Amino acid sequence: MFQKIVVPVDLTHADKLNNTLQIVADLAMSHGAEVCYVGVTATTPTAAAHSPEEYAAKLTEFATAQGQKGFATSAKALTAPDPAVDTDKKLLTALKDIGADLVVMQTHAPNAADYIWSGHGASIAAHADASVFLVRD
Amino acid sequence: MTDENSEIADGIPTPDGASHIIDTEYEIGQDNFEGSVGPFGFDIHNPVFGISGLAIVAFVFYTLALPEQAGSVFTWLFSSVTQGFDWFFIGAANIFVLFCLALIVTPLGNVRLGGTSATPDYTYVGWFAMLFAAGMGIGLMFYGVSEPMSHFSSSLGGVTMGEDGVRTDWAPLGGAAGNEAEAARLGMAATIFHWGLHPWAIYAVVALSLSLFSYNKGLPLTFRSAFYPLLGERVWGWPGHVIDILAVFATLFGLATSLGLGATQANAGLNELFGIPVNATTEVILISAITAIALVSVLRGLDGGVKILSEINMGLAFVLLLFVLLVGPTVYLLTFFADSLLAYLQYLPALANPIGREDTNFVQGWTSFYWAWWISWSPFVGMFIARVSRGRTVREFIVCVLLIPSMVCVLWMSVFGGTALHQVINDGYTAAQEASLELKLFKMLDVLPLTSITSLIGIVLVIVFFVTSSDSGSLVIDTITAGGKVDAPVPQRAFWCIFEGAVAIVLLLSAGGLQSLQSMVISTGLPFTVVLLVMCVAVWRGLVNERKHT
Repeated sequence: MFQKIVVPVDLTHADKLNNTLQIVADLAMSHGAEVCYVGVTATTPTAAAHSPEEYAAKLTEFATAQGQKGFATSAKALTAPDPAVDTDKKLLTALKDIGADLVVMQTHAPNAADYIWSGHGASIAAHADASVFLVRD
Repeated sequence: MTDENSEIADGIPTPDGASHIIDTEYEIGQDNFEGSVGPFGFDIHNPVFGISGLAIVAFVFYTLALPEQAGSVFTWLFSSVTQGFDWFFIGAANIFVLFCLALIVTPLGNVRLGGTSATPDYTYVGWFAMLFAAGMGIGLMFYGVSEPMSHFSSSLGGVTMGEDGVRTDWAPLGGAAGNEAEAARLGMAATIFHWGLHPWAIYAVVALSLSLFSYNKGLPLTFRSAFYPLLGERVWGWPGHVIDILAVFATLFGLATSLGLGATQANAGLNELFGIPVNATTEVILISAITAIALVSVLRGLDGGVKILSEINMGLAFVLLLFVLLVGPTVYLLTFFADSLLAYLQYLPALANPIGREDTNFVQGWTSFYWAWWISWSPFVGMFIARVSRGRTVREFIVCVLLIPSMVCVLWMSVFGGTALHQVINDGYTAAQEASLELKLFKMLDVLPLTSITSLIGIVLVIVFFVTSSDSGSLVIDTITAGGKVDAPVPQRAFWCIFEGAVAIVLLLSAGGLQSLQSMVISTGLPFTVVLLVMCVAVWRGLVNERKHT
C-alpha cells in the first residue's frame, strides 16, 4: 500500500527514536516500501554536526544503518537559517519533493503549550497530503 | 541505499566544499540545561542564561530603588569612559577600518564563509535590508536631521576659549566661524564620519569573526568562539562565560535604551501630527505595541518575520528618501551629496586623529560617545549579520557590510540634513534648527508638501525600525543564552522579547532610568573595544589558517 515512507528525524536525539524506528522498519518490510529519513539542520554548527555537510553525511550514515534491517533507505538533509521556526515548512516541501505516501514521526505527548505552538507532528498531520502516523514519546 | 541530497533542489545540492574545522571536544549544548516550565520547554546555557538574567533584574532594581545614587554613579562612569578613553576609542576604530580595508585587498578576501562552495542563504536585497535595518536604521531617523544641524550650528559659531585656555565650543576641528558654506561642509563631514566607514567597520569585525569561527571552524555561534585561537579549550569555561554574559548585557540594555528613545520620538511625532499627549502612558503603550509586533515577528522567524519587516522598512525608507530628494531642493541636494563626500574625505584624517586634539567637547561628547555606542551595539548587530551572511566571500562580505551601508548613510544624511540646512541657509526657516532632537525630522518635513503623509511615514518608520531591532535582538540574545543553539524552543525567544520590552518600560517610568541605562551601555563599550581588538588578531589568524588548509 505504501511505496515511500518518510521519517523526519532529529539526529541530536536519535537515541530516543527506538520505538519509532522499529515501527518504521516493520511497516517498510511489510509494504516493501523505501524509507527516506529527513533531517532539518541549521546553517550554523549544531550539537549533531559542525556543518550542514557533516550533518548530511551523518544522516546518510544513519539511513544506511537503518537499511541493515532489510529495506531500502535514502536520506535527505535540509538546511534552514532558523530551524526553530522553519522546520515544518521545510518538511512539508520535502514531503512533496520526495513523493511521500506515508509519514511516520515521533511527537511529544500533548500539553497546554500545543494550543499556542503546535508540535512538529501536529503541524505535519494538519498540512501534509500524505498519511501521517504519529508515535508518542 | 540512495542519497537523495544530490537530487532535490531544496536539500543540500552539493557538499559546501572544504573548510578547516577546529577539532574540539566541546559539543554544542553540552552545558545546556533542558527542561520545562509548565507546558513550555527550554534549552538554556548554564550559567550564561541565569547570570545574565539575574544581573539584568538586579540592575533594574538598583536603578529603581536608588535612582539618585544610580544616576550619579552612571553619570560618572559615562564621563570617565568618554573623556578618559577618547584616544583609545578613536585609535581602535581606525584600526578596525584599516583592518577591513586590508581584508578587501589581500588574498584573505577570497575565503568563503561556510566553506569553499557554500551558497548564500539570502538574496542581496533581503540580506542588505536585514543588516541595514538591524545596524542603524533608527539612528538615521533620529539623527538624520539633527546631527548635521548641530555640527553646522557649532561650526558656524567658531572657536571659543574658556578662562583656563580650554575650548568651550562644540565645533568639530577648528570650526568655520561665520562661513555658512564651510560650516555645512564640516558639519556633514563630521556626521558622515560618525555614520560611515568607522561604525560599519566595527560591525564588520564582529560579524566576520562570528561567521568565520562558526561557519568555517565549526564552533558554536557565540562570542567566546572567536577567542578559541587564543584561549583554547578554556574558552568553554569561565572566561567564555564572562564574554557571553557581557554580550547579553550590552545587547539587552542597548535595545531597551533604543526602545525608550524610539518611544520618545514616535510620541513626539504623534503629538505633532495628531495632538496625542506626550506622557509616560503614551510611551508605555508605544513600547508595548512595538514589543507585541516584535513578538509576532520573532515567532515567525528570520524568513517569515524579520526579513519581511526589514524589506518593508527599506522600501518605506527609500520612498521617504526619494520623496525628500525630489520635492526638496533636488539639484542642491545632489551637489551637496557629492560635496559632502568630498568634505568627508578631506576632513577624515583630521577627524580620525586620536591625539593632540583641541576640539575636546566634540571629540569626547560626540566621537567618543558614538564609538562607545557602536561598539556596545556590535555584539547584537554583529551576531545578527553573522547569522544571515553564510555563503559570502570575505571580500564580498566586507564590501557589502562596510562600503555600501556607508554610502547609503552618506546619501541619507546628505538628503535629510541637506534639506534642513538648505531651509536654514537659503530660506531662513529655522524651526528644524530650534526644535528638540526628536522633533527636528518632523519640523523639516513640515515645509515640504504632503506633510501629514510624510510625517506619518516617518512615525511608521521609527516604529518599524524599532521592531526590527527588537526582534533581531531577541533572536541574538536567545542564541547566546542557549550556548550557540539556533534551534532552542521558540518560547525562549518570546521570553527575551517580552523581557526587553518590560525592562524598557520599567526604566522609562523611573526617574533618569533611561539615562542611567544609556550610560551603562556606553560603559560596556570600553571592555568590548579590547575584545574587538583581540578579535581582529583572531580573525586574521583564522583566515590565514583557512587559506592554508582549504
